Amino acid sequence: MIEFIEIIFTAGFWAATIRIACPLILATIGEVLCERAGVLNLGIEGIMSIGAMVGWMTVFLGADLYTGILAALIIGGIFGLIHAIFTVYLGASQHVTGIGITMLASSLGFFCFKLILPASTTPPKIKPFQPIDIPFLSELPFLGPAFFQHTPFTYLAILVVIFAFWLMNSTPLGLSIKMAGENPMALEAQGIDVFLVRTIAVVLGSALMAVGGAYLTLSAFDAFYFGMINGRGWIAIALVIFASWKPERALMGALLFAGLDAYQVRAQQLAGAIIPYQFFLMLPFLLSIVAMVIAAKRTRYPKALLIPFRRGERH
Amino acid sequence: MIKFRLEERANSPYWLIILSPFIAILVAIILAGILIVLAGANPFQSYYQLIIGAFGSKNSVAETLARATPIILTGLAASIAFRAKFWNIGAEGQLYFGALATTFFGTGLVVLPSILMIPFLFIMGALAGGLLLLPLVLLKLYYKVDEVVTTLLLNFVVVLLVSYLLEGPWKDPMSLGWPQGKSVIEEGVLPQILSKTRLHLGFIISIFFAFSIWFILSKTVIGYRIKSVGLNAAAASHAGVPIFKTVLVVALLSGGMAGMAGVTETAGLKGYLTLDLSPGFGYAGIAVAMLANLNPIGVIFSGVFLASIYVGADAMSRAMNVPTYLADVIVALTVLCILLSLVFVHYKILFFGAKKYD
Repeated sequence: MIEFIEIIFTAGFWAATIRIACPLILATIGEVLCERAGVLNLGIEGIMSIGAMVGWMTVFLGADLYTGILAALIIGGIFGLIHAIFTVYLGASQHVTGIGITMLASSLGFFCFKLILPASTTPPKIKPFQPIDIPFLSELPFLGPAFFQHTPFTYLAILVVIFAFWLMNSTPLGLSIKMAGENPMALEAQGIDVFLVRTIAVVLGSALMAVGGAYLTLSAFDAFYFGMINGRGWIAIALVIFASWKPERALMGALLFAGLDAYQVRAQQLAGAIIPYQFFLMLPFLLSIVAMVIAAKRTRYPKALLIPFRRGERH
Repeated sequence: MIKFRLEERANSPYWLIILSPFIAILVAIILAGILIVLAGANPFQSYYQLIIGAFGSKNSVAETLARATPIILTGLAASIAFRAKFWNIGAEGQLYFGALATTFFGTGLVVLPSILMIPFLFIMGALAGGLLLLPLVLLKLYYKVDEVVTTLLLNFVVVLLVSYLLEGPWKDPMSLGWPQGKSVIEEGVLPQILSKTRLHLGFIISIFFAFSIWFILSKTVIGYRIKSVGLNAAAASHAGVPIFKTVLVVALLSGGMAGMAGVTETAGLKGYLTLDLSPGFGYAGIAVAMLANLNPIGVIFSGVFLASIYVGADAMSRAMNVPTYLADVIVALTVLCILLSLVFVHYKILFFGAKKYD
């Protein structure tokens, strides 16, 4: 029994938690941005998938790793823009648009992958981001290997999250985004273009989702597989609800979730002979449902979520 | 920045309503044609190959209709649910649950003559699909837990459950190491309806259910209630519509349809359960329902259309060297184009300055 407790005292467990959390954090913060502006983005799963593919393919075709991240960022922004044109400007169903975007982004990603690499049975690999030791801090016992020997992408992701917090909490744009999701009429009355604010939020949020996907192919792994997102986008949406649409809680939620995931992988190695691996793999999905049920009582949706804003119409 | 606003049409012209899905399909096909050009193939020749692949021979027509069978059922599942604005995106999981029920009851546990065995399997599959959805509906009704996310997440859980059963307790010992279930007993297998093809009774059954659902939705009280809940739940509640009961019926009908898609695939096409039983039939159902504008009779046609894209794309891929994923791209584009066309059917776009305010 003691082995199951010892897991959390290993540096490897904490390092893995950070590694698993990174794509989830990026995606969850991205979804928070969209939903705080009043737009549900169910395109998340597909946008993460095409971000993973485009980021990887850019590097595979000869560009450096940072250009790969940039490419993912751009493709995510493009799909965010499509989503925004449909849901913000034309007021189409946010549910169906999101599902459509997920279908389009993932199938387009797979199509392009097969087009460029038609006959690859084993996925080709790239040289992904390598861990760098942060001077001095990485020498610390336990803390060093747990937190200060990660890849540059990991630190970049943390910077992005800090930027997103600053954007949401300390800038006029952040305030406008939150208002667009709560009371768009009031925002319009201030002379601010609700459509534009919502579009910016969805484009930025989708770009973050795509970068989250690229983290998987450029830092966590070194290849692109079909279905490698494996529900991470849907889990991110559950986390947003669990976090009551607050970015800082979303960060904590993603870390907690990643910790549980890292724990189950290690527990699986200990108990694998007794409990079939499929049940361990189910845990993240079941946990997400449980998290939503726990959060359900105290959730307060952004008031204008799912409601298209139409100029000259009263709600 | 272009300034415009949307103005709701009092009456949408009939020709626009009828024509809009066809325009949407056309636009999707043209956009996908650009991808074919990028793939270095001739789009006209490619689409020709696609049509021949889907309808060129008796065998290919049979294959298209066989493929349409589960898609029509999942399309009905989405149509019923979306009408009540209950976002059941879990048809994929419900389909597999129906397939699990078929394997559980259909591989020897229960033996009945064919005439009873087949309806029995369909009832069990429908119950399995409905029951899988039931806890999520209750969570939605009692705790307001968003059904979009829970139904999506449960898809992954069910597929993992199927994987466990097929690699473990339910593995067919005769399958030479492949993870597949035992074969459905002879009495439970859906008979062929076109000799020397894979077209089976399931197709007729799916059409039967399309008409049944159409009847329920347009000719019965419950159908009227479903519609009113979807249009305005608060108003419906004030008018005395039992919201709770209506949503429950919607969920059971919707999950049931998806569950039966699992029956047609297990007892009809393959004869046993495999992990790749459904290459996304549950998600295709959403596209089918949207294309049919949630009309159950329309679902038959849009289901056959989508199936022809999938079947035809395989043939096109072989002949023209275009990746088969083109089929999924066409389906996704169709969904988005349909949404776009719905906006134009229901709204007029007025550019600022174009209308005089008086």
